[in-house]
Amino acid sequence: MEMTRAIVLAAEAIGAGLAMIAGIGPGIGQGFAAGKAAEAVGRQPEAKGDVTTTMLLGCAVAESTGIYALVIALLLLFMHPFLGAL
Amino acid sequence: MNIDVKGPKIMFEIPVLGGINVSETIVNMWIVMAVIALVCFFLGRNLKVHDPGKRQLVAEKAVTMITDMVTGVMGERNAHWAPYIGTLLLLSAFSSLSSLTGLRPPTADLNTTLAWALVTFFMIQGTKIRYHGVGGWLKGFAEPVVVMTPMNLISELATPISMSFRHFGNIAAGLVITSLIYGSLAALSSVVLGWIPNGFIASIPIFQVGLPALLSIYFDLFTSCLQAYIFCMLTMVFVSNAQE
Repeated sequence: MEMTRAIVLAAEAIGAGLAMIAGIGPGIGQGFAAGKAAEAVGRQPEAKGDVTTTMLLGCAVAESTGIYALVIALLLLFMHPFLGAL
Repeated sequence: MNIDVKGPKIMFEIPVLGGINVSETIVNMWIVMAVIALVCFFLGRNLKVHDPGKRQLVAEKAVTMITDMVTGVMGERNAHWAPYIGTLLLLSAFSSLSSLTGLRPPTADLNTTLAWALVTFFMIQGTKIRYHGVGGWLKGFAEPVVVMTPMNLISELATPISMSFRHFGNIAAGLVITSLIYGSLAALSSVVLGWIPNGFIASIPIFQVGLPALLSIYFDLFTSCLQAYIFCMLTMVFVSNAQE
């Protein structure tokens, strides 16, 4: 029983780590958004406020997939959903 | 190294209906609500038409900013949404910023953000019914072709889930990362100072001074304000889209 518990805990830790691989996606996406925003500000410095607001909004929406992964990882790390199934 | 990352504690229990648990989230939310009410009372006292004081100018500036934001995104005809959006913005920002005072932020609990997101969800559906009628609302799910109906249903249901998880995830992640770094700084200082034979000096967590404050600038100040803004922005965009 102790062994099974240890295996489940280890698998949860590995799963949480694997879930966070999803962080790559939002990272790339937000990088693109920030780069394009920098270009836009370079081309039209007077529209800086609007560009920044739009970029932050877009970044936050692009972040959702990363946040889902984070929520899964947090669930695995702190809630231990599979220990109850033993 | 002992890192304590737990859900909200249960503060006390109301002895009706088999005991209703009142968690840390609710108690902290009461504190936040009291602070907001006090600030509003303080700013809204003694309003004058001629020769306004500093307090009144601050209050007017805040109200004008929120009204401008709402009319800018939703159009002039939707200016009546400004009080709700302003309330949401203040409540969200203040509850996330309450982590600066050491309270557990109420928004680091999925229940809070899910409740707000459900309000937004029902507002979207209500606006659709109000502007298109029940028939038009139901027909909207079969746009552009009938085959797309399951997809449309899923995307409608995904709205509150994604909104609540985004806000909750950002604040909770800040909480978890800050606690992890706080714990590891304690371990680091016990490693660095561990060779000193005097037990008292070795027990001082020297690295915990100052460094977490730098993180707090990002995780508490920036993320809190940004998430509050984004939650309100998405609510406004979804509701004004539902009118078309």
